[in-house]
Amino acid sequence: MRIALPVNSKDIKSELCPSFGRAPYFLIYDTTDKSMVFLDNPATRSTGGAGIRAAQMLIDQSVKVIIAPRYGENAARVLIDGGIRVYKNIAGTAEENIGAYENNQLNVLADIHPGFHHHGNK
Amino acid sequence: MGINKKIVVLSGKGGTGKTLISVNLAAADGNSYYVDCDVEEPNGHLYFKPQILEEKTVSVLIPEVNNDLCTGCKECVDFCKFNALAFGKKVILFKEICHSCGGCALVCPVNAITEIEKTIGLINIGISENVRTVGGIMNTGEASGIPIIKNILEYIKDKSGYIFIDCPPGSACIVMETIKDADYCILVAEPTIFGAHNLEMVHQLVELCNKPYGVVLNKCTDGPNPSEDFCKEKNIEIIGRIPFDSELGELNSNGKIAVRENYKNNELFYSLLNKVKEVSR
Repeated sequence: MRIALPVNSKDIKSELCPSFGRAPYFLIYDTTDKSMVFLDNPATRSTGGAGIRAAQMLIDQSVKVIIAPRYGENAARVLIDGGIRVYKNIAGTAEENIGAYENNQLNVLADIHPGFHHHGNK
Repeated sequence: MGINKKIVVLSGKGGTGKTLISVNLAAADGNSYYVDCDVEEPNGHLYFKPQILEEKTVSVLIPEVNNDLCTGCKECVDFCKFNALAFGKKVILFKEICHSCGGCALVCPVNAITEIEKTIGLINIGISENVRTVGGIMNTGEASGIPIIKNILEYIKDKSGYIFIDCPPGSACIVMETIKDADYCILVAEPTIFGAHNLEMVHQLVELCNKPYGVVLNKCTDGPNPSEDFCKEKNIEIIGRIPFDSELGELNSNGKIAVRENYKNNELFYSLLNKVKEVSR
């Protein structure tokens, strides 16, 4: 099964990027063969809808699980439709987060960030 | 049809005096049009208090997907540069992100996408004494007021007389749309460094759009005026000056039209109107 994590650099020791849609890279880790690959996030160049674009890319990459600090409501709509589960990260590196996931130590990320698009009108 | 002169009043920042000037020029001229293109925060109606004669809704087209026909090829998702479409198990549309380009319907190989109307706001046409008013208002949460401005400009396209257009602040897309058909642009500027900085931005815009223009210096005092310095440096014509005056400020903040209150015997705005007519000829 493929797991994705938004990361700041192409390194298993990278911290997770607090932004889902604008993360520079996604680390894709495959639990079956322990392989990993770093993908450039195409959404960093988007003027809008970055969370949607990033979520779409991960669906297209057959990812089933995401570990992230937070994600927005637009990304959530796409990920839910794509049947992807999102877990809240723990402090530490991507590697430590993958370990925590494999030991069932992560919680489902329930709160969806309303985003910064509405400037407090919500 | 008589003359049709579209005079657009713009400024790089809000609160500079666009509404003061466009409202008073329209009132001074009479038999004119006052057009409020600041569809995100219209306020010209607070001065004119027009009797509304007509309202029209403004719609844009957004896609609607027939999931029975959709094969999940994602051509539409790949095409949308605004990321308004995604595909999980079916096509997901983000209506507020869609820019109504229609591209998704064109690229769909199985014609599963049709376009349907979505209301985004309205335009209203009214009258206040001898001034006709046209305004628009965008519904909260919509991405762009441009379709509303297009509707307003279409309405006034062949009306006769002087048409004073109150522009949204700034120098972004919505301002470019508003000045597209302008015959003359009035740039309003304050005597502050912020005022001069924002004047520089709208100045670049009207130069880029090849529009004839002049500057009105508002809130003038005896002190330094960075906006005036900028005009001198760039050789920009100053077509009028409005003093920093508490009587005018009070009329304006009470929603009164200075021209209709006979402010200072109406010399200020009538002479500005004559100057505008002369330079826009």
